[in-house]
Amino acid sequence: MNLSKIFKNALLIMLASLVLTACATKKVQNQMQGDVYTGTDTVKYLASGVADRVFFATNESVLTTASRDTLRKQAEWLRKNSKINVVLEGHADERGTREYNLALGERRANAAKDYLMTYGISANRISVISYGKERPVDSGSNPLAWSKNRRSVTVKAN
Amino acid sequence: MRYLNFLVLLLVLIPIKAIALIEVDITRGNLNPLPIAVSPLSTDNKSNKTLKEILKKENIGSEISIVVENNLKTSGLFNPLNKDAFLQEPDIAHLKPRFEDWSLIKAQALITGKVTYQDEKLRVEFRLWDVLAAKEMMALAFTTVPSNWRRVGHIITDKVYERLTGEKGYFDTRIIYVAEEGPKVKRIKKLAIMDQDGFNTKYLTLGNELVLTPRFNPTNQMVTYLSYFRNMPRVYLLDIETGVQEVVGDFPGMTFAPRFSPDGKKIIMSFAMDGNSDIYTMDLENRVVERITNHPSIDTSPSYSPDGKYICFNSDRSRYQQIYIMKSDGSNVKRISFGKGLYGTPVWSPRGDLIAFTKLHKGKFYIGVMRTDGSGERLLTENYYQEAPSWSPNGRVLIFYRETKSDSEGKGFSAKLWSIDLTGYNERLVNTESDASDPSWSSLLSN
Repeated sequence: MNLSKIFKNALLIMLASLVLTACATKKVQNQMQGDVYTGTDTVKYLASGVADRVFFATNESVLTTASRDTLRKQAEWLRKNSKINVVLEGHADERGTREYNLALGERRANAAKDYLMTYGISANRISVISYGKERPVDSGSNPLAWSKNRRSVTVKAN
Repeated sequence: MRYLNFLVLLLVLIPIKAIALIEVDITRGNLNPLPIAVSPLSTDNKSNKTLKEILKKENIGSEISIVVENNLKTSGLFNPLNKDAFLQEPDIAHLKPRFEDWSLIKAQALITGKVTYQDEKLRVEFRLWDVLAAKEMMALAFTTVPSNWRRVGHIITDKVYERLTGEKGYFDTRIIYVAEEGPKVKRIKKLAIMDQDGFNTKYLTLGNELVLTPRFNPTNQMVTYLSYFRNMPRVYLLDIETGVQEVVGDFPGMTFAPRFSPDGKKIIMSFAMDGNSDIYTMDLENRVVERITNHPSIDTSPSYSPDGKYICFNSDRSRYQQIYIMKSDGSNVKRISFGKGLYGTPVWSPRGDLIAFTKLHKGKFYIGVMRTDGSGERLLTENYYQEAPSWSPNGRVLIFYRETKSDSEGKGFSAKLWSIDLTGYNERLVNTESDASDPSWSSLLSN
């Protein structure tokens, strides 16, 4: 009798904690698809509705559907503002060796550059720089922070 | 700069009569370090008084012996005994030790010495004694400028280490590294150089621009590193003595991951262009640039074999980071890492037989070694984050850096230098004035 009560209580606590964990996971999931950041916490805007950055999966430089969408908007904005040049800053998260991450940041920024070019932006308006893992936006040592840091940011150069 | 002034070094070699009696095996983890007594070096009153004025040290003989003692202890192979237990006065012990007294405190080896000041020079002599055999094993004397006194301690350690292990030491060496400060999102980084034991730190850049991955040339007078000067990440060359810096080559994009060739005549590095990083060399005499790899993957972290015939490097041509070797002209590329996980930062041992690396597997970082054909992989240490091993000049110790976890405010973050023996034993925090990363070990400053 007493034992089954304890058992019931334990079960309740277990259930409650399961629900809580599910909530926490969901919250993170809302900001990440796979391990690509989809939130807006760190995002700045070049113009209204034109986000300045795109995010990448771990070790990847492939542009996601959302990233391509963002870059098309950037291209459109750049076409309208033909005097503006941009720097694409490529970054990696802290979970990789420094030298490889420098190369990876460069590869990511160039993935963004190539996409802008296919939408009519001339290569001489775009320069590229990699910071590897040297300039995170989020200092956290957790998957969400890392996802915010794996990025290519389009910055006005003039 | 003065600190690189060559040590005026006069070696008075007294021939060794007996065969080595004590031996220290450095090929295994040493669980029984050799008990050794390092007697304070004796000084006459007059010398001590002058040296005290010059060096602001109460007793320089004692200070030098502490340098030796700390070095021996750090090596993990020796157990320096507590000086309080010493029965014999330093000056008398140096002339002729009473071996019974030293064996009573379980010392198997004894170091004695004498410091004098003559002709504006510091003269240090020392002797190494085998206590059990009651014999002198070695006697040497050095003459140098007084400000070099710590180096004298390091050289004595190297001589003792070599005499007792049969291999060259690594104590009269320096570490070049990146000193770090400030928040993680806006870290300030400076080039710094220090003695192997963390003393005599000098800063070579001011922190105005981001600097990364410094490496010595074989004579330790030049350093190649990556600088974001004017926001253009490029490989630079710095002459430590003159402070003159120059950009290496004229590349239309980022150059990074530089190292010297073993003869010091070339710099090998990566050049990134249009999303592709390949390996290049530049001859420092005639400025000729040569392309070594040509592959649409990332090729980086090149490191020469000590004979200069081969290069190991990091590539993701098989999709993820792995270690490859090739001939120094870029031919015969061969993947050598096949274990589970990702492999980076390969660096060829000065002995030629091993490649040290960083490995990432299941969210953990390892420092490990493998043979140059990829066989015999051994992981020496596991941690949350660590990378970038650099070999001691005798190929027995690795120095690397380790970072700790932090929260979103950056709290909890630190970057420190650590060293570990090739055996996987004797892991130690290396003293630095600030946070530190990207260490590179010099060769022996004196031979």
